[in-house]
Amino acid sequence: MVIFVVLPLILIVMYAFQDGTGHFTLSNITRFFTDSDSLSTFALSIEVAIENTLICILLGYPAAWILANRELNRSAVTVMLFIMPMWINALMRTLATAELFNVLGFTLGKGTLLFGMVYDYLPFMIYPIYNTLLKMDKSYAEAAEDLGAPPMKVFWKVTVPLSMPGVMSGVLMVFMPTVSTFAISEFLTNNKIKLFGTIIQENINSSMWNYGAALAFIMLIIIGITSLMGGSDNSEAEGGLV
Amino acid sequence: MKKVLAKCYLWLLLALLYAPLFFIAVFSFTESRVLGNWTGFSTKLYSNLFTGGMNGGASLISAVENTLLIALISAAFSTLLGTVAAIGIHNLKGRKRQTMQFLNNIPMINPDIITGVSLFLLFVFLGVSQGYLTVILAHITFCTPYVVLSVLPKLSQMNPNIYEAALDLGATPAQALRKVLIPELRPGMVSGFILAFTMSLDDFAVTFFTRGTIGLDTLSTYIYTDARKGGLTPELRPLMTLIFLIVLILLVVINIRQEKANKTVKSR
Amino acid sequence: MAKDYIIDIQHLSKSFGGVKVLDDINFYVRRGEFVTLLGPSGCGKTTLLRQIAGFIAPDEGKILLDGKDISGIPPYQRPLNTVFQRYALFPHLDVYDNIAFGLKLQKLPAKEIEARVKKMLKMVSMTDYEDRSVESLSGGQQQRVAIARALVNYPKVLLLDEPLAALDLKMRKDMQLELKEIHRKMGITFIYVTHDQEEALTLSDTIVVLNEGRIQQIGTPTDIYNEPVNCFVADFIGESNILKGRMIRDRRVAFIKQEFDCVDEGFGENVPVDVVVRPEDIYFTTDPAKCQFKAKVNSCTFKGVHYEMWVDTESGYELMIQDYDPYPVGTEVMLYIDPDDIQVMHKERTRNVFDAKVTDSGHVEMLGQSWDCEVPDGFAAGDEAVAEVRFEDVELLDHQEDGKIAGEVHFLLYKGDHYHLTILTEDGDHIWVDTNDIWDKGDLVGVDIPAKGIKLIRRND
Repeated sequence: MVIFVVLPLILIVMYAFQDGTGHFTLSNITRFFTDSDSLSTFALSIEVAIENTLICILLGYPAAWILANRELNRSAVTVMLFIMPMWINALMRTLATAELFNVLGFTLGKGTLLFGMVYDYLPFMIYPIYNTLLKMDKSYAEAAEDLGAPPMKVFWKVTVPLSMPGVMSGVLMVFMPTVSTFAISEFLTNNKIKLFGTIIQENINSSMWNYGAALAFIMLIIIGITSLMGGSDNSEAEGGLV
Repeated sequence: MKKVLAKCYLWLLLALLYAPLFFIAVFSFTESRVLGNWTGFSTKLYSNLFTGGMNGGASLISAVENTLLIALISAAFSTLLGTVAAIGIHNLKGRKRQTMQFLNNIPMINPDIITGVSLFLLFVFLGVSQGYLTVILAHITFCTPYVVLSVLPKLSQMNPNIYEAALDLGATPAQALRKVLIPELRPGMVSGFILAFTMSLDDFAVTFFTRGTIGLDTLSTYIYTDARKGGLTPELRPLMTLIFLIVLILLVVINIRQEKANKTVKSR
Repeated sequence: MAKDYIIDIQHLSKSFGGVKVLDDINFYVRRGEFVTLLGPSGCGKTTLLRQIAGFIAPDEGKILLDGKDISGIPPYQRPLNTVFQRYALFPHLDVYDNIAFGLKLQKLPAKEIEARVKKMLKMVSMTDYEDRSVESLSGGQQQRVAIARALVNYPKVLLLDEPLAALDLKMRKDMQLELKEIHRKMGITFIYVTHDQEEALTLSDTIVVLNEGRIQQIGTPTDIYNEPVNCFVADFIGESNILKGRMIRDRRVAFIKQEFDCVDEGFGENVPVDVVVRPEDIYFTTDPAKCQFKAKVNSCTFKGVHYEMWVDTESGYELMIQDYDPYPVGTEVMLYIDPDDIQVMHKERTRNVFDAKVTDSGHVEMLGQSWDCEVPDGFAAGDEAVAEVRFEDVELLDHQEDGKIAGEVHFLLYKGDHYHLTILTEDGDHIWVDTNDIWDKGDLVGVDIPAKGIKLIRRND
């Protein structure tokens, strides 16, 4: 476990701070911060990821809430239909979306990128929220009602705060992959818009390992920060998939 | 009223989610090489897919084979490794246990691309030539945590005295493991295996970085290269449709079985 | 002599992470006996049982089975079987296979296995349940299967770890009778762990009372009930009035500011003691000649068979009385106690004693803190000393942070006119406190000791 989990991460850090001949250097990192192209790509990636996450929450939360509400939805099939896309190869789904856009005559660009990403990642937002809502003890809401809270208040003051863990793990499951994706953005924009993942991939593939590693290292830090903010407990939601 | 609105919202979302898939499915029944161009009903793409009668068809078939083989092997090893690791972690206490669980979570929280790049660097560092073996090793790495996570809850649900009860009744530790522990963990192992299998099937980034240059293709990398070339192989359409159907059927079966199991539990 | 002991436990000790869970445990079990290890949760009783079963190795001491030390033998080679607290039936096996598990491992012929399993099923009245999945059984039925699974191996000793704890009251009572019957029929030695004193009194030939890792008392149920050796046993088993007293001389004891005849001897003269009077042993009388003291009823509650009344004595104590006849609240009553029913016990301690070290003329260090203290003449800085603090001089505060030391109410006794509390500090020290305030077990408190409450004494003199 240590060899395959910890060592590779150490290697990323190692390569990030080495030049081509194996000497210690900060140039890879400084290169990133001085290169306006990399920086703007980086900013764009974060922006797209944040937008995507927000849209997913906006669309996904109501859906999860309806699915988890016994009065509004009794069928497990609907739930299953929402979860199913998670099981199909993401590349295939993205490709299908891209083709659909093509045929419908949309220009591939940021709009389609966002739409496609939402489409790809929405189930990953719905599922954990649905799970926490479903597991939530109904007596909290009842207690709030009993204490005189009208339905809207119950929703905002009790249901939403209590479902935050689900939202957080949804955020982790959506934000992280969107920040790092490369194939999806390439498909959806016909390679017009480059995201951060794409430059990592291009650098590694063109044997610029050290710079690639430096970029990966920067991404690793972003991921670390996000998961610390979100609490690293997204394990439960995923573990219960089958 | 509220109910109708809610239903509408759900179905609208679903329609959006599934539109591209249906679109592909519909156009898998025509011969046109360009998507969106309906040239009459035909199952030619399907027969092409199965007989390999197309340009570069053999590589698509072999990509599918590779995908399945890699997924099967890595899921099997992950299940074995993950179960042992879960039992190990379960028996740890306090700090040590937290550390191990944290380590276990790293490959899951890490985005694929990081896992891919880091493993790529590892193999470069160790001087291992990349190919089948490295892809499988990489897949085992990121699948095992999922198995651990499926087995761990089963371990903590399990009555902690069960293992001791077996020893008490005269079973050696090995016998207790085989006759009591493994049967108890089986559901967790099975779901871990399925999870690992699908994770491996789905993977693109990790394979992409660890497959080396020997031209090894899984379905994902095949689609990626294919799409980058510009022309999407039309035979992918029936393949996607089939995969879509298989997943649908599998999930329906699992769901029905689960519901039945739930019912029998409730009826007690 | 020794060969009559099937289990003989000698100087057994066990620590977990520096905390002593069992401290020098010594007792023996006779062949065929029903012995109960009784104590509150966390007293070490389950640890003790698990050491006998072989799941935990003792740090020190020996466990002899038929005179041979079995400490090093793994559980699967010990001729003992356990009935676990939550049954621990194997969910993937049916009732028959659960019971046959041990026999199959012994590779007995299938015929014999079947015969023995059937016999056991009959013994626990589960004959028609062979093929049932264990998860479809009720708690009581699972319990029976667990007992059958252990007994079918004909163990030399059957260990039972709170086997009835998960059952509801009525079921528990029925199972108690059945257990007793099984014990009688099989003639196997039972070692039974429980925290339920009533269960222990009902079932056992011998009770071993444990608290905080030490044996408090070993005896028959009647011994333990009628002649508890200390406050803990008196309080833990049955209801009791525990009162501060003073032994005047042999057969004469003073408590509630009055002298009584009693039957205890050998305590010495004018010695502080604790006195136990069971609530059913205080009698009402209308005969002024018999009356020993007067009181006023302040509450009266119907408890099914009897009434439970609290009375205030003229001397200012509160006593619990149980009687078949109720006396309305406010009634002036005349009471007496038979000498036989007064149980006198040695006081475990009369004050707190801590190790202390003088730091300067106005401070000592003890319990990991520096305290203001009136250091008497003759002590210099750096001197080691013993600090005595009377129970009533310790102050308890509502908030942990308000006190010098933070602690938790660990144990409490009502002594008729005040409470006697054991405070467990965060560092694991015990501080005993007498107070009139009402606290509950588990309350978090701050502890303070005023300077004049600390009395320094030279060590070893």
